[in-house]
Amino acid sequence: MVSSPSIQLRHLFWLLGGLALVVAPHMPRLPWWLNLIALILFTWRVYLAWGERALPRKWLLALLVVGGLFGAYVTYRTIFGRDSGVALLVLFLSLKLLETHHQRDALVLVLLTYFLALTNFFYSQTLPTAGLMLASTLVNTASLVNFAAPGRTLQANLKTAGLLLAQAGPVMLILFFLFPRVQGPLWGLPQDAYSGVTGLSDSMSPGAISRLSQSDAIAFRVRFREDAPPKRQLYWRGPVFWDFDGRTWRAGDARPYAQIKFEASGKPYDYEITLEPHNHNWLFALELTANIPPNASITRDHMLFSRIPVRNRVRYDLRSYTNFTVGDADDADELRPGLQLPADFNPRSRRLAEEWAAGGTTDAAIAQKALDYFREQGFVYTLEPPLLGRDSVDEFLFGSKRGFCEHYASSFVFLMRAAGVPARVVTGYQGGDINPVDQYMVVRQSDAHAWAELWLNGRGWVRFDPTAAASPMRLESGVAAAVPATDPLPLMARTTLYWLRGLRYNWDALANKWNQLVLGYNPERQREFLTRMGMSEPSWENMALTLFWGVGGLLALLTAWLLRRMRNADPVQRLWLRFCAKLGKKGHARAAHEGPADFVARTAERYPTEAGRIRAIGERYIALRYGERADAHMLAELRLLVREFSV
Amino acid sequence: MFEKILSRSQLYLAFFGPREPEPGTIFLRQNRVYILPTRPGLGFAMALGVMLVGSINYNLSLGYILTFLLASMGLVAILHTFRNLVHLHITPGRVEPVFAGEVAWFELFVENRSGYERSSIALWREGKATLCDVAPARGATLSIPVAARQRGWLTPGRITVDTRFPVGLLRAWSYIQPDMRCLVYPRPDDGLLPLPEPSGGTGEKRAASGGSDDFAGLRPYQASDSPRHIHWKAAARGQGLRTKVFSGRAAAELWLDWNQLPANLDLESKLSRLTRWALSADQEGLRYGLRLPGLELAPDTGESHRLACLRELALYGL
Repeated sequence: MVSSPSIQLRHLFWLLGGLALVVAPHMPRLPWWLNLIALILFTWRVYLAWGERALPRKWLLALLVVGGLFGAYVTYRTIFGRDSGVALLVLFLSLKLLETHHQRDALVLVLLTYFLALTNFFYSQTLPTAGLMLASTLVNTASLVNFAAPGRTLQANLKTAGLLLAQAGPVMLILFFLFPRVQGPLWGLPQDAYSGVTGLSDSMSPGAISRLSQSDAIAFRVRFREDAPPKRQLYWRGPVFWDFDGRTWRAGDARPYAQIKFEASGKPYDYEITLEPHNHNWLFALELTANIPPNASITRDHMLFSRIPVRNRVRYDLRSYTNFTVGDADDADELRPGLQLPADFNPRSRRLAEEWAAGGTTDAAIAQKALDYFREQGFVYTLEPPLLGRDSVDEFLFGSKRGFCEHYASSFVFLMRAAGVPARVVTGYQGGDINPVDQYMVVRQSDAHAWAELWLNGRGWVRFDPTAAASPMRLESGVAAAVPATDPLPLMARTTLYWLRGLRYNWDALANKWNQLVLGYNPERQREFLTRMGMSEPSWENMALTLFWGVGGLLALLTAWLLRRMRNADPVQRLWLRFCAKLGKKGHARAAHEGPADFVARTAERYPTEAGRIRAIGERYIALRYGERADAHMLAELRLLVREFSV
Repeated sequence: MFEKILSRSQLYLAFFGPREPEPGTIFLRQNRVYILPTRPGLGFAMALGVMLVGSINYNLSLGYILTFLLASMGLVAILHTFRNLVHLHITPGRVEPVFAGEVAWFELFVENRSGYERSSIALWREGKATLCDVAPARGATLSIPVAARQRGWLTPGRITVDTRFPVGLLRAWSYIQPDMRCLVYPRPDDGLLPLPEPSGGTGEKRAASGGSDDFAGLRPYQASDSPRHIHWKAAARGQGLRTKVFSGRAAAELWLDWNQLPANLDLESKLSRLTRWALSADQEGLRYGLRLPGLELAPDTGESHRLACLRELALYGL
C-alpha cells in the first residue's frame, strides 16, 4: 500500500469548518475546561498549518487523552454516560486534529464528525438543529470530495457534494418511511440520558413554580376537535400533593383507580394532547377527564399516569368535562391524609384558621373567609417573591404578602387543614394560547400553576384557586398581565410585541408540524401511515420488501438518468461508430489502423449495391470531422443516412 | 484492500491474471469495471451501523434521517464512482527508448467522449499513481513511469486504472494491458577504459584526441578553451560562443568489435562496454562501426547510425 498523501491547507480549513459546525451546538452543554481545551487545540492546529510547522509528538497527545479522561470522570462521575460520552468524543476529535496530516487520518475525522453530528440530536431535534446538521453534513461530504479530488476547486467539490446529497434525498425518504421501526431503547440507557428537561416536578416548595414560569418552553400542545373551553376553565391537571413537611409538598401514595367515578354535566370536550418529554410518568389532562389513554392508568385523585416515563413526545386522545362533581369519598381513610399537618410549624396561621373554624360555620364559608383574606389584605402576585424562612406560611400570610401561585395554594391548603377541612394541592398548568396559524393550543411552562381542592360535604372535591382571589388577572389574561412589569418573564410572554408574537405563532406552527410529522414518526405512526398509503398489512417483512423495491427502483431511475449523459458527446463520431458497428456485424469490422477513407473504399467494393450510400456516409463523416466548418445540415443528412443504412 | 486478499487466490488469477495485450484503443466497457468499498468506505459503513443503533436506542427521528441520508449518499456514490471510470477510451502513445537502469515513460492518451467531467482518474503501475482530470469530450496525456531494469523490449504490463471520486469511500477500477513497448538499451558501463585504437590508419600513433588536425565540429565554449578556436563568425552573428573541435582521428575508422573485448567478460558486460564506446565515439564525432557475432554495421556517424547501433546492442541475442 502506498503511503497516504498529506492534505492541503485549504482542505484542512474546510475540515475544521465542518467540525466547528458540529461542535458549536455542543459547547454550551460541555464543561468549561473542555471547551477551553478544544478551542486551544483548534487554534493550535490552525497555527501549525499556517506556518507549516510539524505536528506535536504522540506522547503529548497521549498525555492529553489521559488528562481528558480524568477530567471527564471528575466532571460527570462516569465516563460511560451520554454527556460524558459526547464530551470525550469532542475531546478525541480535537486531539485527532493534531495528528491529522495525512488523508487517512482526515477521513477518520470526517467519519467521526458525522457521528458527532448525530449526538446533537440527543439534546435537540428542532428545525434549527436539523438545518445546522444538514449544513454540517454538506460541508463534511464536501471534505470527502476534497480528499478524493484534491485538484478541483472547493466550489466545484461543494457542488458535487450537494448533488450527491440531493440525489440521496429521495432514497433517504423511502428509507425513513419504510425502514421497519423498532421502539427503543434496545437496552438500558445511561442514567443521564434524559437529564435536562424542564417541567413540573414531583414535589413543590416555595419558588419551584415561579422558577418554572420563567421558561418559555412548550409543555404540551392541544388540538380540540371543536371549540376550546373558555380560558378560565383551562385547568390542566398534573401531580396532586398530599404530604406537607412544613416547607415542601409531596405526592403521598397514589392509589390506582379501576375506573373514573364522577358525575358530569354540560358539553364534553374532545381533544388530543401532544406532550413534550418531561421524564416523569404523569400525563396532563383538562379537568376532568372521562377516559384513560392506552398504556396509562388513573389514580384516585384523578392523576393520569403513563406506564413508562414520558421521555419522548407522546400523543393521546382525551374527553373531558369542565362541569363535574367528584364525590365518592365513602371512607374516612381517604380524607385523613387531607388533614395532616406537621406539628410546630406556622403557629399564627393555625390560630387564624382555628378562629375561623370556631365560628361554627360551614366549610365553604371558611374557605370563603380565606379567599377574602387574600383579596383584601393587599397580596401581590409576583414571580420574584422574597425568600421565606422556617414558618413559610406565617411569613407569607402576615409578613411579605408577596408570592406566586405555589405560595397561595400552599398556604390556602394549610389554613384549610388547620381549620379541619380536608384539602390537597393540585399542580399543573392553567391557560393556553391558541395559535391562529394552525389552531393548536400551546401550553407553556410559563403557564405552570398550583391550586387547591377542598372536600366539602355533599359536593365532594371542589376546586379553589386562591391565586385568582389575590390576582383575578391571572386567569383572564395569563401570568404576563398579572405580575408586576419588572418581573423577569420570558420576552415573548409580554403581549406588547405584536409582530413578534405573529412571528412566533408561525414558527410554533411550523415546529408543531415538524414534531407531528417528522419527530413523531414512531412504530405506531408508521403502521398508520403505511395503512393509509394502501399497504394492507404493514408487517416488517412487507416493509422490507417495499423498501427494497423502492430503493432499487429509485437507484435504477438515477442510473438511467446518469447513463443518458454517458453516451458519446460527439454526435458525428457517435453516428460513425454506429455505421461501423452495422458493418462490423456483417463481419467487416474496421481495423484499428484503418482510416475512414480506406474503410469506406474497402466496404464499398464489397457491397457494390450500397456503394453510393457508403461513400456518401464516408464523405460526410470526413467533412464533418476533419473539414473546415461544422454544418448542421450535413449532420442531419449523415444522421438520416446512417439510420437507414443496412446491408 | 479486497484486492489484496483476492490476489492470492487462483480464481482471482483466472479472472484478472495476465492476459495478451490489447491492440489499439482500449474501451472501458461496463463489464470490465469493478467496484468495491475502500477501507474508509468500510469504516463509513460501520459508523452508519453504530449511528442506526444509536437512533433506534434513543428514538431519534433526526438520527434516522441523518443515518439514512448518509447511507443513501453512499448508494448514490456507487453509481457516481462507477460512472466516473466507465466508458473511457485509452490509447497508447509514444515511448522513447531508454538505457537500462533508467525509467521508461509510457505515454497513454485518456479520452473522455462523454458529456461529463471525469475527475481523479489514476493509472497505477508498480504502486505509483499518475493522476488526471478529463473535461467532457476532451483527452489527457499521461506518462506512466516504468523502471527499465534489463535491455531489450519492455512492456508496461498490466496497468490498473482506478478512481475514488467523488467521495473516496468506493473504488472503481479496471485492468488494461495496452499493446506498447519500449526499447531499452544496455546500460553503459562506468567508462574507465578508453576507446579502442582506430584500426583504419597505418598503425601510426596519433596525437591524443582533441588535437588540431581536422575540423570535427562545434561544441559550447568552456572557460579553458583557447581563444583561437572560438568560432568568432558565429559569435558575431549572435549565436553565442562556440568552440571549434579538431580531431586527429576523425578520418580514421573506429571499429567497436566484440572480438576485441576480453574473453572473460560476460555477455551483458560486453554489451555495456560497447554501448558506452558507441556513445563516446558519437560524442567525439568519430566514424565508428559495430561488429557483433553474426552482425556488422559499417562505420558511419550521426544520429541514425547511433540509434541503429544501440538497437542492435539492445536486442542482441534476444
